[in-house]
Amino acid sequence: MIEVQHISKSFSDKPVLIDVSGVFEKGKPNLIIGASGTGKSVLLKCIVGLTKPDEGLVTFDRRDFTNADRNGKIEIRREIGMLFQGGALFDSKNVEENVRFPLDILAKMTKDEKLDRVNFCLKRVGLTNANKKMPSELSGGMKKRVGIARAIVNNPRYLFCDEPNSGLDPQTSIVIDDLIQDLSEDYDMTTIVVTHDMNSVMGIGERILFIYQGRKLWEGNKNDITHSNVKELDDFVFANKVMSSLRDQR
Amino acid sequence: MIKELGKYFIFLGQLFVNRESFKTHYKLVLDECISIGIGSVFIVALVSTFMGAVTTVQTAYNMVSPLIPDYVISQVVREMTILELAPTIIAIIFAGKVGSSMAGGLGTMRITEQIDALEVMGVNSVSYLVLPKIVASLLMYPLLVVVAGVCALLGGYLAGTLAGIITPNDYVFGIRSSFNEFTITFALIKAFVFAFLVSSISSYKGYNTQGGALEVGISSTQAVTNSVIAVLLADYFLAQLLLSE
Repeated sequence: MIEVQHISKSFSDKPVLIDVSGVFEKGKPNLIIGASGTGKSVLLKCIVGLTKPDEGLVTFDRRDFTNADRNGKIEIRREIGMLFQGGALFDSKNVEENVRFPLDILAKMTKDEKLDRVNFCLKRVGLTNANKKMPSELSGGMKKRVGIARAIVNNPRYLFCDEPNSGLDPQTSIVIDDLIQDLSEDYDMTTIVVTHDMNSVMGIGERILFIYQGRKLWEGNKNDITHSNVKELDDFVFANKVMSSLRDQR
Repeated sequence: MIKELGKYFIFLGQLFVNRESFKTHYKLVLDECISIGIGSVFIVALVSTFMGAVTTVQTAYNMVSPLIPDYVISQVVREMTILELAPTIIAIIFAGKVGSSMAGGLGTMRITEQIDALEVMGVNSVSYLVLPKIVASLLMYPLLVVVAGVCALLGGYLAGTLAGIITPNDYVFGIRSSFNEFTITFALIKAFVFAFLVSSISSYKGYNTQGGALEVGISSTQAVTNSVIAVLLADYFLAQLLLSE
């Protein structure tokens, strides 16, 4: 479980996050949603420690991450897997080397054990026989899947996904969403997904935080989201014509 | 300016905190040595050969007095090459080729979140990415300076003898006469200092890139200009420190 308490963050005196609190539960995808520029990614960066919040606290299973010393932070970070928006694969390494990288750095395993683990993770994300391909040879969806394989190769307790569906076609988006949901359940990970894709929200949104202009305006799940009575959330949810027509039918 | 200098020194301090294993760094340093050393040897050899050739021709052109023996031409070429041209001019070439490549590579890694990915994994990205580049530069640049010195003297020999400016015997005699070994020590000290300045400044600029592709280009340009300025300043101070009476 990850808990954020009263997180605030400003850049050059411009507030980006204002007193955001929330609990992210284990074994299911927790979604942070909101329009572009509302502070979702900044919140995610505050949680993983890439950005230091001005105020507030982040705890990982009751372990204080925000005020931890360097070694304490590294200890927690080594239990984290993260999928970045563009995949963030290392350009100079092939797929196998990219996925093996966390093992090379963190794990005490033999070469064969590492290879077995890499192949298992690549198979888990549906990418067999791609070991020797370079990132430049991969499609957007494949990069995301390699990114997920790299994120889970070290059996993380926490998985973070920043806009996992951006730039993907709807079918591939569903594949990625299902994969994230399955992995969260199978490995009992605390998973946080930042997205503004309503298909993801309605597909895997078992716990949702809605951020609007840096503030948390609503939290709930995909069943409650269409009748929240929060105007800003309704504007976001029903901006899509399909969702809007569903509301009209209702 | 002072703030930027402070950030640069903090960046250097991070190189030695929470490093990865020696084995990991050893492989990275070897890769960088190949990229920096082998990758630069052709351009260094080419530039220094022509540098030596031009220095010989221009020195001969300026020697108008018949009282000055011909072998002085190669003495002048030797002193210029070892003291200044090989370590300093090649440092400028090094900044243009290796420095801009370091800044561009790290800048691209920054904007494509590859550096963030390392940090999230608990890896000290400064130490992991930058330390091998600096160590490899410190190992390879002095060797490049030696190659440059040899190539420049050979270039001078070819230009001088083929054009009939100086006889082969006079050229070799001039190279060997009144030779002060300390000039080699001085050139190698300069090589170490310049290698450190170019690699650390370029890495600093690339690592701290913010924005997109345009900013990566700006970082590369700044890496080269700042490195060259630092090299020229260091060149003056080292000359004052080690050569003045």
